[in-house]
Amino acid sequence: MLRLLGEYLILMFETFKKPDKWPVFKRQLMIEFIGLGVDSIGIVAIISVFSGAIVAIQTAYNIDSPFIPLTMVGFTTRQMMILEFSPTIISLILAGKAGSRIASEIGTMRVTQQIDALRVMGVNPANYLILPKITASMLFNPILIIFSIGLGIAGGWFACIFTNLVSSADYIEGIQAWFEPFTVTYAIIKTLVFALIISSVSGFLGYNVEGGSVEVGRASTKAVVYSSILIIFFDLILTQMLLV
Amino acid sequence: MIEVKNVSKSFNDKQVLNNISTVFEKGKTNLIIGQSGSGKTVLMKCCIGLEFPETGMIDFDNRPFSTVSEKRRTDIRKEMGVLFQGGALFDSFNVEQNVMFPLNMFTNQTLQEKLDRVNFCLKRVNLENVSKLFPSELSGGMMKRVAIARAISNSPSYLFCDEPNSGLDPKTAEVIDALISEITEEYDITTIVNTHDMNSVLQIGQKISFLYKGHLWWEGDKTSILETENAELQDFVFSTELTRRLKKR
Ligand SMILES: Nc1ncnc2c1ncn2[C@@H]1O[C@H](COP(=O)(O)OP(=O)(O)OP(=O)(O)O)[C@@H](O)[C@H]1O
Ligand SMILES: [Mg+2]
Repeated sequence: MLRLLGEYLILMFETFKKPDKWPVFKRQLMIEFIGLGVDSIGIVAIISVFSGAIVAIQTAYNIDSPFIPLTMVGFTTRQMMILEFSPTIISLILAGKAGSRIASEIGTMRVTQQIDALRVMGVNPANYLILPKITASMLFNPILIIFSIGLGIAGGWFACIFTNLVSSADYIEGIQAWFEPFTVTYAIIKTLVFALIISSVSGFLGYNVEGGSVEVGRASTKAVVYSSILIIFFDLILTQMLLV
Repeated sequence: MIEVKNVSKSFNDKQVLNNISTVFEKGKTNLIIGQSGSGKTVLMKCCIGLEFPETGMIDFDNRPFSTVSEKRRTDIRKEMGVLFQGGALFDSFNVEQNVMFPLNMFTNQTLQEKLDRVNFCLKRVNLENVSKLFPSELSGGMMKRVAIARAISNSPSYLFCDEPNSGLDPKTAEVIDALISEITEEYDITTIVNTHDMNSVLQIGQKISFLYKGHLWWEGDKTSILETENAELQDFVFSTELTRRLKKR
């Protein structure tokens, strides 16, 4: 375990170096923006809209006391999306999507000697392969999360209108109530940490594959499992640090 | 010129290379031959710095390589071209991007200059009209040739080829061999080729090093190899029916 951590840190040390060639780095970065970011918009959108709707409906059904105003529905949906749902659950989903993609791509390059080929050309493979993925994730995931928060809140609104449980005016009043901008900062901080976890852990696991296609498969499963566990673990730590 | 001095290497107590000393000469095709498992690939990996010898050292034109820092090694690596056994083409890039890769990485040429160089290299390995194809769309022989084109695109001073013609038909194998030896002479490169194919040995072997169980057992050229009295080498050379028949005559 300690050895694993050591190896991880050494690899990150290699990764976070100045790229050999900026134009090459930029091109790689654009490819990763598409592969890791843009390609995830669809799934993030669907899950966010539905989750926002579900949170809104459940809250509305659970309010049976006349003393609790219906504006609570909008308020709860907004808080849920910002504080926990968008940063954590969407990051977990991205761990599955992006993590397995990163680990299997880099792992395949390892077992087919493409990484050796890079090294003997005089390229730093960790820097060339992993840094664009980490950078792309850390820049694009916050955008995805903001997008998810917006869609979740919109999803809740649609649900209220369709089910007639809460009026549009109440919902909109609710989502504006007691708004603390810091919660969004908190969501973005969490997202950044989770993005770093997903991309670097998956990159590490792919980079150290030894063997063949079976090991590549195993590495991509591990990438999802390890990054999910680490996300939950750091969620707890960050919540303690930032909110309490 | 690459000098290998007293190089030994073992994996988990298994001695794979045993005190190897030799010189790979400039402008020549230097062959490393030997049976499967004799240590050819390990020796080549030591030369390109993917493995490190436990004792001894490897120098490139009097510049130490195996014993210096990774940074200084990287400088020498920029003068190397390596052809891996499986080709190791980048599968997310097409042929043109593969061959252009070393130029993108290490030169400041304009796109047009790079394209000219890529087309020149592809032509040199007799490949045309494939520049937009991806590695998965190529045959084995074509992949090898693209890999050669990539290895020579940045005009290396040292060229390493691990079994360049394994898995190819005899005709294509001969074309690849001829290509490697022509390029070597044309650009005065120090070329090292691993092979266990006697056809290549007789076709392009200007300097031959025979590895036997991790020892450097014999050195010579393609003429002297046929007259050798060395029992293990004879065993290797005349291991096929064809060569045995030739010997009888
Ligand atoms: N990374 C490694 N770990 C442990 N043993 C290894 C490693 N690499 C090579 N060996 C061992 O070293 C010996 C020599 O292997 P090498 O790959 O150099 O053979 P070779 O001469 O290239 O054979 P072939 O013609 O089949 O390619 C083999 O016995 C192999 O098991
Ligand atoms: Mg070999």
